[in-house]
Amino acid sequence: MTAFKSLALAMVKGFYRDKATLFFTFVFPLMFLLIFGLLFRDSGSEKITVGAVGEGPVITALADTGVVELERYPTMAEAVAKVRDGDLPAAVGQSGNEITYRFAASDQNQAGTVRGIVVGVVDNLNLAATNQPPRYTVDESNVEDSSLEPIQFITPGIMSWGVAISAVFGAALTLVNWRKKQVLRRIRLAPVGVPTVLSSRVVVSVGVAIVQAVVFLGIGSLPVFGLRLVGTWALAIPVFLLGVLAFFAIGMLVGAFCKTEEAATGAANIVVMPMAFLSGTFFPIEQSPKWMQAVSQIFPLRHMNDGIMDFLVRGQGASALVVPCLVLAGFTVVVGAIAAKVFQWEDS
Amino acid sequence: MVVEDIRKAYGDLKAVDGVSLSVAEGEFFGILGPNGAGKTTTLEIIEGLREPDSGSVRLLGESPWPRRVPLLPRVGVQLQASSFFEKLTAREQLETFASLYGVGATRAHEMLDLVGLADKADTREDKLSGGQRQRLSIACALVHDPDVVFLDEPTAALDPQARRNLWDVLRAIQARGKTIVYTTHYLDEAEILCDRVAIMDKGRILAMDRPAALVRGLDAPTHVILERGSLSAADAAALPGSGEVGEDELSLTISTRQPAELLSALANRGALEGLQVRTATLEDVFLNLTGREYRA
Repeated sequence: MTAFKSLALAMVKGFYRDKATLFFTFVFPLMFLLIFGLLFRDSGSEKITVGAVGEGPVITALADTGVVELERYPTMAEAVAKVRDGDLPAAVGQSGNEITYRFAASDQNQAGTVRGIVVGVVDNLNLAATNQPPRYTVDESNVEDSSLEPIQFITPGIMSWGVAISAVFGAALTLVNWRKKQVLRRIRLAPVGVPTVLSSRVVVSVGVAIVQAVVFLGIGSLPVFGLRLVGTWALAIPVFLLGVLAFFAIGMLVGAFCKTEEAATGAANIVVMPMAFLSGTFFPIEQSPKWMQAVSQIFPLRHMNDGIMDFLVRGQGASALVVPCLVLAGFTVVVGAIAAKVFQWEDS
Repeated sequence: MVVEDIRKAYGDLKAVDGVSLSVAEGEFFGILGPNGAGKTTTLEIIEGLREPDSGSVRLLGESPWPRRVPLLPRVGVQLQASSFFEKLTAREQLETFASLYGVGATRAHEMLDLVGLADKADTREDKLSGGQRQRLSIACALVHDPDVVFLDEPTAALDPQARRNLWDVLRAIQARGKTIVYTTHYLDEAEILCDRVAIMDKGRILAMDRPAALVRGLDAPTHVILERGSLSAADAAALPGSGEVGEDELSLTISTRQPAELLSALANRGALEGLQVRTATLEDVFLNLTGREYRA
């Protein structure tokens, strides 16, 4: 076996024989996928619950709209008490021809929506009562918009994050452990060059990342989550690979600076965690404040996220490759060069 | 291997302060001294792991610093810390190190036999005992069949039985015609194993020769020790060849420069109860050289 192969094999064995590493590589990101995937699964179709009192055509028509969920109360006083407690945004009562609408001033958005629905229903019934044909009619049909189902951005985001974690930790911990245990020194005494050692670690990191991607995308595609990849998904591969390299470079830098595994773990967390929160891993970056969106442009994870999402779920063309690939490649080169500069074979 | 006047200082501390030595092919050479004597730094400079501040090293005819790749396959180094790949078994460690030199797995398995770890081949490195780890790290240093082997404190922190097992390994390596340079702070061990030793203290070599020659050079008297009461002190002093006589609660000690005459006189009298004969050791040499008791 060549030195390259056997070093890679040694690292692969060290990887899969370590339960903690396996946990943080696969189970930990999957836990987030599970939590966020299930949490946001129904967020698009959630109905507003409204208190309802009495019987009559308006109440019946409201129930038939299917837009609001009616919660029955025997008296208006009881329903209003619920609104006052903040349990309901609004309550509607019908007693003969009289319609009562009470809403919580604190929840103007929902109360306003409910009010629009209630008034619409009442107007329709009024119009019908006159037996006149409606003068204005609305021609409506829905249009597919570009906003994504939650699972469509959660899966690529958590995949990028999981890959980033394992690339940084893998590179940093190997470097620190090998230096601390003088394995690096021992390798230096053998006729093996730096490119061999480095490339074997890169290959292992990329391999682990690919396994992660397959696992995460596979689980996201289960019916319970419902991830759907679009036709351009293959264009995400270069962004993905460059992203792995960028985080590998960060790991080398962390490993070059830190003397112990504990220090390296802490430093890697400090680097990756803020990036994860500010780069649209857990929620779409478009929902965060403008300044945060601007700041996140300096993070490689942001570009990896954007780039991968563009092709995996948004169906963008190949021209969208340019920016993320250039940024990630540039990042890899610059950080890698700094890491090479501060790298030491042994603790001084 | 020829080392000429190498020096290495860390700040004010002169770790190696003008060391010169040469080791011939096939020799078992020991560098002895207490902790902090500069043994490890000396070894690291010779191995090419450190650059000396001054002085020169020729190893197999070449200078080991800066890193000289063609020289590396001919040199085997066991580092002081047992440096292994995480989570790999003994066999996998050896196979990995073997492949770094382009050596096949068969050779790696031979090495396990040589150091007596064949039955531990599938045990992970962290599950091995201290002695087994030391033997494994020596096997790793030998896996590519080097001409010169450097061992840094291979017997440190081992129990007496493990140390003796390791001696057998070291002798077996020498029997294969390898040149061995090793450091130890066990002077008794070096006396048994080494062809020649250099005694180091405070970065300098105090003496260098065959252990027996160093001890003989001391010209120290032999001590003959008997059980107390087997002979009176006065009688002992009157024996032929007898020198100074001392007595404590347990024993009677006669120092002599003619041990043969003294012993035959004692035998004639049948006074050999609890007989021990102590000649000078390398520890006495160290004491004589430094004026202080040897402490590892």
